[in-house]
Amino acid sequence: MIALLIRDMRLAMRAGGGFGLGLAFFLLVAVLVPLGVGPNSTVLALIAPGILWVGALLACLLSLDRVFALDFEDGSLDLLVTAPIPLEGVVAIKALAHWTVTGLPLTLVAPVLGVLLNLPAEGYVWLVVSLAVGTPALSVIGAFGAALTVGLKRGGLLLSLLVLPLYVPTLIFGAEVVKRGAEGMATGTPLALLAGITAGAAALLPFASAAAIRINLR
Amino acid sequence: MDLRVDQLAVARGGVTVLEGVSFALAAGQGLVLRGPNGIGKTTLLRTVAGLQPAAAGAVSVSPDAIAYAAHADGLKATLTVAENLTFWADVYGTRGVADALARMNLTELCDRQAANLSAGQKRRLGLARLLVAGRPIWVLDEPTVSLDRASVQLFGDVVRGHLGAGGSVLIATHIDLGLEAEVLELGPFKARGPREGGTSGAFDAAFGGDFA
Repeated sequence: MIALLIRDMRLAMRAGGGFGLGLAFFLLVAVLVPLGVGPNSTVLALIAPGILWVGALLACLLSLDRVFALDFEDGSLDLLVTAPIPLEGVVAIKALAHWTVTGLPLTLVAPVLGVLLNLPAEGYVWLVVSLAVGTPALSVIGAFGAALTVGLKRGGLLLSLLVLPLYVPTLIFGAEVVKRGAEGMATGTPLALLAGITAGAAALLPFASAAAIRINLR
Repeated sequence: MDLRVDQLAVARGGVTVLEGVSFALAAGQGLVLRGPNGIGKTTLLRTVAGLQPAAAGAVSVSPDAIAYAAHADGLKATLTVAENLTFWADVYGTRGVADALARMNLTELCDRQAANLSAGQKRRLGLARLLVAGRPIWVLDEPTVSLDRASVQLFGDVVRGHLGAGGSVLIATHIDLGLEAEVLELGPFKARGPREGGTSGAFDAAFGGDFA
């Protein structure tokens, strides 16, 4: 399983692997929004939590269709299904690899981009915490969507339509944590709900994804 | 380990293509599947390998004993030859990457990216995975596509080595690999379409002559 994690991360880092794609998109959103909204710092501070979370979510979505589609096209998915690793484990590892090359870097650069959006000083800790807790759910839910659409040519549109509604709770609670944190209010409740979504998705969805892949390979 | 297939029926896209397929394969034996395009060789092999459920009948061994090699080699273009093979060795929990590379005549290419290999070299690398899988039963779907004559001979030697070591091989091919293997013609097992219906006698009369 470690071998699969290392391989997926290595593939993402090499040419054409799409490692920088999500990160560059996130950067563009954070740079362009202040230009579009205008230099009013009160407005920017107000919308910063939402913009940062929406940017992170869409950046995650960008690279989702690669999670299983590439392995399906070159035949490795067939071979992974017949390999001695349980398919549920394969799904979980691939979601983890996706998070390591998208969610984790997004979490780490988010404070820098918070400056561009004039995020209040109290919000930075909560921005990092909420992204660290919430982005794994984005990768696991996304891997489920990718598993459902794995056999389809150009399944990216369907994948987005399937996954976006499932992302909504994560977005609401994630942005709420940052907003409350920035205003100096208690963040316990939305953070607990966000962690609950991540834990539930990580526990259940690998099984659903594995079942979807088995059906799609027939 | 004996592979026994009993009255197997396989379906592709919801349509049963083969039915009543039975054969047995003991350790050290090879079986060559023959039949015209579209008869269902790939579907049969995928079913035996556990990639899709059988429509009827049973396969006696679990897919964990089977190494499957299909038309696609499952190679990653941006990884080197050695990295590709080492990954599969780690997945199967085996060693012997260097030995497998040597036996498939890939040692000189081991630091080359898979993207820069020729079609035949990619094929040899795909087949080298069988050697690191360490599984007793090989299920091969047209393994010699894009191999030149020397590589076919090389692969024939590898398969004979596997049989000699007590493994077995189920192979769909139209090329003579120089194996002492039985041949199973799949023509007679073609599933009756809804229009033919009829008894098995009518089926033999209608189809027996075509593929004999």
